[in-house]
Amino acid sequence: MTDPLIPPKRKDPLVVTRAGHVSPTLRSRSATAMAARAGMGRFVLQVCDDCAKATYPQRDRCPFCWGTLSWQDQPNGAVIEAETTIRSSIDLFFKEHLPWRIGSARLDAGPMATVHLHGDVARGDRVRLELKLDRAGNPALFAMPERETPHMADDPQLRVFTAHPKFRRVLVTDGRSEIGQAVAEALLKAGAKTVFLGNADPLMRYPGQEQIEAIPGIEPVHLSLTDTRSIETLAGQLGGRVEIVVNTARFTRQGGVGFGGHLSNLQSGLDLEVTGLMRLAQGFAPALSARSDDGDRSAAALVDIASIYGLTGKAGYAGSSATAAARLSLMASLRGEMAQTGIRVMSVLTGPIEDGWHQNVPPPKTTSAQIARAVVTALEQGQETICADEVAKDVLARWLQDPILTIREENK
Amino acid sequence: MARQKPYDGVALCAPVTVPYMRFSDKSAHWWTGAALAALARQTGLGPADFDGFCFASFSAVPDTVVGMVQHLGLSPRWMDHIPTGGASGVMALRRAARAVQMGDAELVACVAADTNQIDSFRQTLQGFSRFSQDATYPYGFGGPNATFALIADNFMRSYDVSREDFAKLCVAQRANALSNPHALMKKPLTHAQYMQARPISDPIHLFDCVMPCAGAEAFIVTTPEKAQELGLSTARLAATIERHNAFAEDGVQTRGGWARDIDDLWSAAGYGPQDMDMVQAYDDYPVIVAMQLADLGFCDKASLSQFIADTDFTIGGSLPLNTNGGQLSAGQAGAAGGFQNVTEGLRQILHDPLGEQIPNAQRALISGFGLVNYDRGICTGAAVLEQDVLR
Repeated sequence: MTDPLIPPKRKDPLVVTRAGHVSPTLRSRSATAMAARAGMGRFVLQVCDDCAKATYPQRDRCPFCWGTLSWQDQPNGAVIEAETTIRSSIDLFFKEHLPWRIGSARLDAGPMATVHLHGDVARGDRVRLELKLDRAGNPALFAMPERETPHMADDPQLRVFTAHPKFRRVLVTDGRSEIGQAVAEALLKAGAKTVFLGNADPLMRYPGQEQIEAIPGIEPVHLSLTDTRSIETLAGQLGGRVEIVVNTARFTRQGGVGFGGHLSNLQSGLDLEVTGLMRLAQGFAPALSARSDDGDRSAAALVDIASIYGLTGKAGYAGSSATAAARLSLMASLRGEMAQTGIRVMSVLTGPIEDGWHQNVPPPKTTSAQIARAVVTALEQGQETICADEVAKDVLARWLQDPILTIREENK
Repeated sequence: MARQKPYDGVALCAPVTVPYMRFSDKSAHWWTGAALAALARQTGLGPADFDGFCFASFSAVPDTVVGMVQHLGLSPRWMDHIPTGGASGVMALRRAARAVQMGDAELVACVAADTNQIDSFRQTLQGFSRFSQDATYPYGFGGPNATFALIADNFMRSYDVSREDFAKLCVAQRANALSNPHALMKKPLTHAQYMQARPISDPIHLFDCVMPCAGAEAFIVTTPEKAQELGLSTARLAATIERHNAFAEDGVQTRGGWARDIDDLWSAAGYGPQDMDMVQAYDDYPVIVAMQLADLGFCDKASLSQFIADTDFTIGGSLPLNTNGGQLSAGQAGAAGGFQNVTEGLRQILHDPLGEQIPNAQRALISGFGLVNYDRGICTGAAVLEQDVLR
């Protein structure tokens, strides 16, 4: 049984913070390909195109018949055949996290694999393997108990691979929106200690303000993503005590490129969503990075919520889609930077939102509750990319299959 | 399968060991040169005299045998690079022997050399192999200790072998090391000390682990005529085996390639395990020594514990094992760790040991095991050496 996490004590400012080392980063291209799929929450192995056998570790040709390999979803059951508790390591990250348990797993899919072990898993057990990302964004096989055990998510080894909100303090950038409020509430329900809720314009009331600000754990803060100084000021105040940042800011307007689009809308969108994201990252990324290995309340993640149409463009929402595209691109670059410091950079992808700016779009549309659920799931699982709803899932699946076709379809 | 042809016309001689150092600020090139200089002192030969060169090292990067040849002024007409670590000694022996036998070379210097600078062990491990970089070291970075802990965990349960059994092997090797002036471990090891050592990666404890160090080992493979001309004592090569990636279907490793080819070794040698005066086995961990004793035909795995209990592995014992102390007591100098079994076996049958002599030693079984590419040792080999002429 896992010991339940106890609320971390106040940090002693005189104690040196543990540097945020990441586990070893050198990987083959095939291992990186596995990471890309792990980031989407899939459990994949390479399977031979000719003999259909699964293989592991990551190879470039099949060891049974020399056929070519492709990534396929595979059954994730396994049996632990041997285990060890590592009590000595010369790696800068692991030496601070000993003892560390690993095992040899026989996968139902065929291969043997060295895997990380959850504390409730032992030799001889049947396990459920999860394909996680480590702190450096590399793939990691993690053996979970086959059935839920008490406080399972609190396992200290597992928490290295997740950004679970429990006892963490979160900044949600836009509390004025329904999405921001839903995300804030969901995070508190998931165990977050505090949600600092951004308000770009404290002098103006907003719908739902009284209810949300009355919830214990919510702390309203002044934050405007279009104002560099407001971010710098807030980062100065909160930088050392925020572990997760969730960017819920959004500016959607209808319009085309040659027809019906307003330049001012595009500029406002770019300033809030794109420049705003960069302002936010510049304000908070260094502070998060500096505390990525700071005990039970390590800084863990930066989450951004963007439209799936950033991948494709969207007829009738050209400017907003272009903004989302820029946002996704910045996130990809930021992910690469933060992989060196142990902070997860996560994208929640949405379809058309159920709001006033998507009145002409037929259902299904994305609700605030769906987005909030996706944010919490991504954090709990340590997942890099997650779709909040069915539309986003559909577009992403088609885009993964055939990007140029999907781009055409979405812009008809 | 074609039977192995005899190694007629091949002489093994001039084993040398460059004393190991825990850490060294010198390069693999320096240690290689030191080994060649030691060969030169024994034979009176210089760079121009060797027409064959066989080389093994982990720390010579970016150089291979090519860079080493120019670096050290050799001009061989035959050369080879053996990247197999713990199996490199047996493999170098096999390759050089055939080159000499067929006339591709007459005088081959076989050298393994590695340095150990501060932090070079960690750096070597990080980029050791693609599978280990992708799928082993990110899992706790326990290094080989963790991999062999998994193998030992499974082996001990499967064959009812205990730490007590491993203790006997390690204590005997330490006793052997005490007469070797070059061994890094100079204090006696008691059974109790072994049992009480701190855990490193369960069930591996401190005295199950080798100490990485810098060092070099070398020997010469030549014709009997050339050896006579140089006035060197010689051994002959009775038989050898080599196998890589055997039993890939096994889950956790419980046997090595020896198990597949051992009957060929004994039938080609014309001897059996009972005829060996010593075993120089690869001893990165005692579990691998135990695995070898069974796979090489001394007993079956089910009776390993009993066999270990019934056998005296010290130099004066019934089956002397790793008479220089092995890597567990003498230190593991990278690829040279895969050569020290050959040089020590040769020294014992040529009656020129570093430490104590096995009385009237005539025949040695040498066993190599190398390269944990992912979750197991991939390369295995073994050779039977026999005393030929003492000069």
